[in-house]
Amino acid sequence: MMTDLTDLGIAAIRDGVRAGSFSAVEVADAFVVKVARAKALNAFLVETPNHALAAAKDADAARAAGEVLKPLAGVPIGMKDLFCTAGVPTTAGSDILAGFTPTYDSTISQNLWDAGAGMLGKLNMDQFAMGSSNETSAFGNVISPWRRSGGSNADLAPGGSSGGSAVAVSARLCPGATGTDTGGSIRQPAAFTGISGIKPTYGRCSRWGTIAFASSLDQAGPMARDVRDCAIMLAAMAGFDAKDATSLKLDVPKWEHGLSSNLNGLRVGIPKEYRIDGTPEEIDALWQRGIDWLRDAGAEIVDVSLPHTKYALPAYYIIAPAEASSNLARYDGVRYGLRDLPEGAGLQDMYAATRADGFGEEVKRRIMIGTYVLSAGFYDAYFTQASKIRTLIARDFERAFEQCDVILTPTAPSAAFALGEKSDDPLAMYMNDVFTVPSSLAGLPAMSVPGGLDKHGLPLGLHLIGRPLDEQGVLNAGLAIEERAGFVARPEAWW
Amino acid sequence: MSDYRIQGDTGEWEVVIGLEVHAQVTSNAKLFSGASTTFGAEPNTQVSLVDAAMPGMLPVPNRECIRQAVRTGMAIDAQINTWSRFDRKNYFYADLPQGYQISQLYHPLVGEGSIEVSLDEKNPDGATKVIGVERIHVEQDAGKLMHDQHPTRSYVDLNRSGVALMEIVSRPDMRSPAEAGAYVRKLRAILRYVGSCDGNMEEGSMRADVNVSVRKPGDELGTRTETKNVNSVRFVMAVIEQEARRQVEVLESGGRIVQETRLYDPDRNETRSMRSKEDAHDYRYFPDPDLLPLELDDAFLAECRASLPELPDAKRHRFESLGIAPYQAGVLTAEVEAARWFDTLLDAGAPPVAAANWTTSELFGALNRTGRDITDSPVGPAQAAELLALVADGTLSGSLAKQVFEVMLETGESPAKIVEDRGLKQTSDTGAIEAVIAEVMAKNPNQLEQYRGGKEALFGFFVGQTMKAMGGKANPAVVNALLKKALAA
Repeated sequence: MMTDLTDLGIAAIRDGVRAGSFSAVEVADAFVVKVARAKALNAFLVETPNHALAAAKDADAARAAGEVLKPLAGVPIGMKDLFCTAGVPTTAGSDILAGFTPTYDSTISQNLWDAGAGMLGKLNMDQFAMGSSNETSAFGNVISPWRRSGGSNADLAPGGSSGGSAVAVSARLCPGATGTDTGGSIRQPAAFTGISGIKPTYGRCSRWGTIAFASSLDQAGPMARDVRDCAIMLAAMAGFDAKDATSLKLDVPKWEHGLSSNLNGLRVGIPKEYRIDGTPEEIDALWQRGIDWLRDAGAEIVDVSLPHTKYALPAYYIIAPAEASSNLARYDGVRYGLRDLPEGAGLQDMYAATRADGFGEEVKRRIMIGTYVLSAGFYDAYFTQASKIRTLIARDFERAFEQCDVILTPTAPSAAFALGEKSDDPLAMYMNDVFTVPSSLAGLPAMSVPGGLDKHGLPLGLHLIGRPLDEQGVLNAGLAIEERAGFVARPEAWW
Repeated sequence: MSDYRIQGDTGEWEVVIGLEVHAQVTSNAKLFSGASTTFGAEPNTQVSLVDAAMPGMLPVPNRECIRQAVRTGMAIDAQINTWSRFDRKNYFYADLPQGYQISQLYHPLVGEGSIEVSLDEKNPDGATKVIGVERIHVEQDAGKLMHDQHPTRSYVDLNRSGVALMEIVSRPDMRSPAEAGAYVRKLRAILRYVGSCDGNMEEGSMRADVNVSVRKPGDELGTRTETKNVNSVRFVMAVIEQEARRQVEVLESGGRIVQETRLYDPDRNETRSMRSKEDAHDYRYFPDPDLLPLELDDAFLAECRASLPELPDAKRHRFESLGIAPYQAGVLTAEVEAARWFDTLLDAGAPPVAAANWTTSELFGALNRTGRDITDSPVGPAQAAELLALVADGTLSGSLAKQVFEVMLETGESPAKIVEDRGLKQTSDTGAIEAVIAEVMAKNPNQLEQYRGGKEALFGFFVGQTMKAMGGKANPAVVNALLKKALAA
């Protein structure tokens, strides 16, 4: 019997299509069927089988014509619904963009199409990428394919905000998916679902056409089964874009070719401030295993200090909402998306009604926080101070990277929690980002790779942070962990 | 002029004026998008995805707009900030698609500069006053609401949304409507010389927010009001007069001036309250995270400086150094097109003083009469130079030159051809002139006798008669000399 094509990752599909082991259309068909059968997970908001099939046909035709195949020829992917896609509805998980179909493709999606990828559909997410559990989506939460061992059938959170992406990859509905990461939105869901995901250096991936949450933090990145697949997909997504003034004018390195798990001479920093009271023992144990694996791969382990770590979360929850409160002002009911115009209402009433109805609770909470911290009389106390902290945090990393080349921490302070478990306690929810937020504030490349399972059989992730532009160092350390962790667990299909 | 005072019941009041001038930057594209900026296009035809604030759209600064603002700063000797930053000014309005205007609050592109204005138009070298300019920053314009398209709905035209504006903020250095008028005129001239703004106030490319307060001379500054979007020099002056008078009346009747935004109604010539400080928006300014700080390098600055044209004051002084009267030099340099026209005339070899006289009287007079602008003058500088050369070499007298010019205006023909075809050449033929003089003397014995009896004022009579008899073509200098001799004989 032929291998189930949906068990294959990006590299395997790419190589198989090139070798003619199977056709791209066969791959697309297999995933399309899986997507259609996985409605219970609520990972897809829109299914676009024709998009995936058209790209697959192009790949097969190119191969038949003897052409050199594009880097992602024959690879169907999932697209987080934060990326605008021409002719395909794009909502950012929010009612306020109900009925909105862009006429344009984001630079990221266009780059992927140009690389030969096709799209299986648009992936559910926390509304406007604000959330760590996917419960803030206006279209119902995504459900993790993972279940606790020992008979509990509680639906688990896939993490967020790229929860649909994480679930789609983890449940083998697509070999790779785009994510975005503002404070951990790629890495935390990757950790919760046992997959890999990398947030590149701020500026590597264009933000043009990606619906903004917090402009100075938002970065796109790939989520996939393993480190190599992340390297391949990131290379297709990244690159300078003149339409984004914060885009880095740099060539895209050949990350896949540079992959090496030989870490001889590499110094791995262990930041003492990331040992937080109340962290489950299992997380600490996993961290220690990660340290052992990297030492085994040839790395030298050094203790480093990131003294301002404890201020990162508060600073993040000032800066990100401040930017969001302004970025989301354009959803006003005037030009597109939802318009709620009560009988006899004026302009101000229309704004109020539209935004009250269109935005979810978490989005409104952050708009309120952001508006508050930017208000006259509070700006210096909050926004200015937070910006200073951000500078100090970046300096912490600069100093740490004088002593080490890559930093290892856990990705999240716990394994996946049950849906509803933290949704009434925003502060507890915000704590999920405690390990991922500092590197976001500093704009550094960082990735999560699966490290093992907790006592309930749920995945745990290890987190690697690199110097600016050193995605390669992060990927290589990730690869060394991947090879030693031997993470083969996968959720049993119940959907 | 600077002792302009409002006479109140309690004595004299001094007016303190500051102006914020919004000048649309001359550029083919908007400040942060590639959309066109042509005035008067069909609504919503010059709108990019960025200008409409579609989801995921990002601003990218247009280098030409920055360049124009920097050149403007250099033209007023201002400090150019090589590091500046864009901030977001947040507020909701239907003509503002992003929900914020990208502006520069904390770190403007251009810092402290100044503009020197003449307080006496008749004598630009007379009393002057230096008006401080606090800053120039660049920002986006908003769109336009149209309330007259539908009985119950308003429409939005986004053509102007995202167009680059310079906001030029003066110090509160002006003390009278006339000073403010002179400042706006001078600023407008500089902008037009530099080419950074067309200065067209009717089309809204230049408009002013007028800040006015009053105080008893020597007192602390009073509370000011700001009258928005005033779109002509005349209205700026009217706003100041009306607003100062209103404030004096309020204060003298025991009231207080409220810091507020007002609007000017030109039909009634009065200002009206728009919103008070209590209703003022909290704009929640913060650095735009979509944009990196703007850093200017030396090469860019050098190019900006090298591309600056000769500015109005320098040009006026140069004209004066050629012997042209200050008033005329002022008139010739007030509008950039006229100044360039005149410079071309000088380049063509026209004698400066005669050229200035002729341009300010004959040419400007003719253009005025025919309602034309210097840019579509039927007589170009090269032709004018030819005409002036014919005067200078004695071919044409002043009055003949006038006749030739009239023909030039009508036909566009060259002066040489007109002189040739119509026989308008001036004669210095002494024999012919002497013959006519003899004739004139013979015909007017009474006048001759009176003249010779001491009534020398009659000399002009004989000149006139001689010129008339010669059809105006006699060289007046020769006529004068020969007449003097003949009459004395």
